[in-house]
Amino acid sequence: MIATDIDPRSARRVERATRRAESAAFNDSKKRLSSKGATIAAIVIAVFWTIPTFGLLVTSFRQPADINTSGWWTFFAHPDLTIQNYTNTLNFTDTITVGQSFVNSLVIVIPATLIPIAVALLAAYAFAWVDFRGKNLLFIAVFSLQVVPLQVALVPLLSLFSNGITIGGWAVFPGLNLNGLDGSFGRIWLAHTMFALPLAIFLLHNFISALPVDIMEAARIDGASHGQIFFRIVLPLARPAIASFAILQFLWVWNDLLVATIFTSGGNFPITKLLTDLSGTYGTTWYLLSAGTFLAIIAPLIVFFSLQRFFVRGLLAGATKG
Amino acid sequence: MTAQRVFSPSARRRTLAALAVTAVGTIALAGCTTANPGSSSGTGTTGQQTVTIYGPDTGTEATELNASWAAWGKANNITIKYTGDGNFTSNIATKIQGSDLPNIGMFPQPGLLSAAISTGKVTTVSAATEASVKKNFSTDWQGYVTSGGKMYGTPLDANVKGYIWYTPADFKKWGVDVPKTYADLVSDLGKIQSTTGAAPFCAGFNSGTASGWPGADFLAEVVLSSAGPSTYDSWVKGKTKFTDASIDKAFTLLGQILQNPKYVNAGFGNVASINSTAFADVAAKVADGSCAMTNQATFLEANFSTTKTKGGAIPKVGPTGDVWAFALPSVKAGSNAVVGGGDFAAAFDSKAATQKVMTYLSSAAWANSLITVQNGSFISANKGVDASNEKDPLLQSAIKTLQDPNTTFRFGADDAMPTVVENAFWKGIVDWTNGMPQAQAEAEIQAAWANAS
Repeated sequence: MIATDIDPRSARRVERATRRAESAAFNDSKKRLSSKGATIAAIVIAVFWTIPTFGLLVTSFRQPADINTSGWWTFFAHPDLTIQNYTNTLNFTDTITVGQSFVNSLVIVIPATLIPIAVALLAAYAFAWVDFRGKNLLFIAVFSLQVVPLQVALVPLLSLFSNGITIGGWAVFPGLNLNGLDGSFGRIWLAHTMFALPLAIFLLHNFISALPVDIMEAARIDGASHGQIFFRIVLPLARPAIASFAILQFLWVWNDLLVATIFTSGGNFPITKLLTDLSGTYGTTWYLLSAGTFLAIIAPLIVFFSLQRFFVRGLLAGATKG
Repeated sequence: MTAQRVFSPSARRRTLAALAVTAVGTIALAGCTTANPGSSSGTGTTGQQTVTIYGPDTGTEATELNASWAAWGKANNITIKYTGDGNFTSNIATKIQGSDLPNIGMFPQPGLLSAAISTGKVTTVSAATEASVKKNFSTDWQGYVTSGGKMYGTPLDANVKGYIWYTPADFKKWGVDVPKTYADLVSDLGKIQSTTGAAPFCAGFNSGTASGWPGADFLAEVVLSSAGPSTYDSWVKGKTKFTDASIDKAFTLLGQILQNPKYVNAGFGNVASINSTAFADVAAKVADGSCAMTNQATFLEANFSTTKTKGGAIPKVGPTGDVWAFALPSVKAGSNAVVGGGDFAAAFDSKAATQKVMTYLSSAAWANSLITVQNGSFISANKGVDASNEKDPLLQSAIKTLQDPNTTFRFGADDAMPTVVENAFWKGIVDWTNGMPQAQAEAEIQAAWANAS
């Protein structure tokens, strides 16, 4: 009874203290950074950085022949709006339509974000708060996996999925039996999970290990098991770190083309694959790309704006408290 | 009571968290086990079989391919699932190494096909397909799918490179005739330049990682017509070096146009702007009249549909239209050698359905179905093709060129060379356009042969 009483309250207390410290630091740096010069510089930089995107947006509403023959800035002299590029893009079919590929992207991205977070959270907790033999060595091994470029793992991973592993005549893993271009989404979920885990474990470990020792000890004294500590203290406190990694992983998987073309096929292609195909084999319809790009960034924008308040906080938390 | 109140939200949270973790785990496991053996090829329960084809054509070209075999597939209870991939040439190597193979691969380059054959994963064609290929294709084309005396695939579509696009009305205005020889072409350019005072020729080499290929194609066309087919063949095989006098002469001939600041780059800028111009962008400049001539394959025709003439209309392509093309005149008069390209199908297994599709793809029936696809851009070198089925005048003339027994057809040299050499070739062309001395560019490309095979 007492144990359950203490956890949430102390957890909340820590959260409150963190927030207070953060807002104090924020106000401090706000005072130091907000001068007229800095504000003007920030606005100028923001405008300059937005110009190409703005040009792309304008282009996406211009007539195909105009796009082919003149720059987007001439639009202001001769405005001639059309949504034809958007309808053409949505009607574009290449084994599947752009709409279907958008759904495919969601089907790929959501599990490919949730699975690594679930696995990495457990691993990060174990690395931070469970004592076992060879912990540091194992953590260094996981950490150093980050330097392995995923491109070198493509062929072995593909071979693992299709042929399995056999050691000394004994089939350790029989393979997924998905030969041909008829694969399901399973392979790409697993592939993305594998490529994401080293960074996920590292980021979450840094955050979780920085939680105050006192709460953990208090919980242990009150008789909480690892499971209880994990679910009632670590999970709620690690929310900002989870959210920031979720955004990173979501954007990475959403924008991924290489892993998707290797591990999916035909009916399962994500939207990035359709974008590269939009212009056709000989680049005949490249003017559709601007409209396609804006359709493709809808989902990342929604995710970013709904989770962005966690983003900066979580990243800083993970990065500076090593 | 107090304890109860504190306990309940946390308990709810714990259940939720546990549920979330379990759900994620289940999804992960489900992902592993959703393999559906019934959907893989050759095991249809109702007699419906699936054959997967993996190839480089995407977008409209992919739609055309699907339309070309749809009716046959329905009649024969075979579903042909086509997957197009713009990065086919690099991804097929990964897929072969990882044993993740389609039933049939569509190779855009003979060099790539022979590399695939050397891995031992490509199966030889059935006797029926072999007979069909021998009946329908010339020995030039049979050679591309044959290795060590065995036949491994069938030619599919074809294209003809080396067309000079121009505006017939402007030619009439300037008093210029369609040139008969390469020297005439160069003197015509001079004539136009002195009349208009502007550069008459435009070119674009920019094509992402493949930048330089339009120049490599142009050079290959000049080599074939100036040095002849036998030198061309030995050049493609690496026996005649890039530094050889015959290839050097072709560079010099090409330089008369592409390195002359008076002749290029119409509508874009100086000689170096050729590298920054996207290969298909030249269509817009030919259409609006700011560029008098450009060299590109038949496919450029499709690009004119989104350009504007000086008057603001969409240009008509045809002998009497706004834009038309003539074959690149040969260096020696009377030679009729053309450079082109094409795709080849090769099977990775010997299942009955796969082999049946292979036989169909090698037949005249498929080739005729391919060229009659509405608004289609494909042609074929298949001898059984009826050229009168092709409504487009340009493609019809290209088919006639391919079928003419006097035509010497050669594959684009870059595509037929090993991939490392091909990439060096493209890069060498880009460097040459950027101002690298000719001899140095030739030596740079030649050096890549040391890394081939």
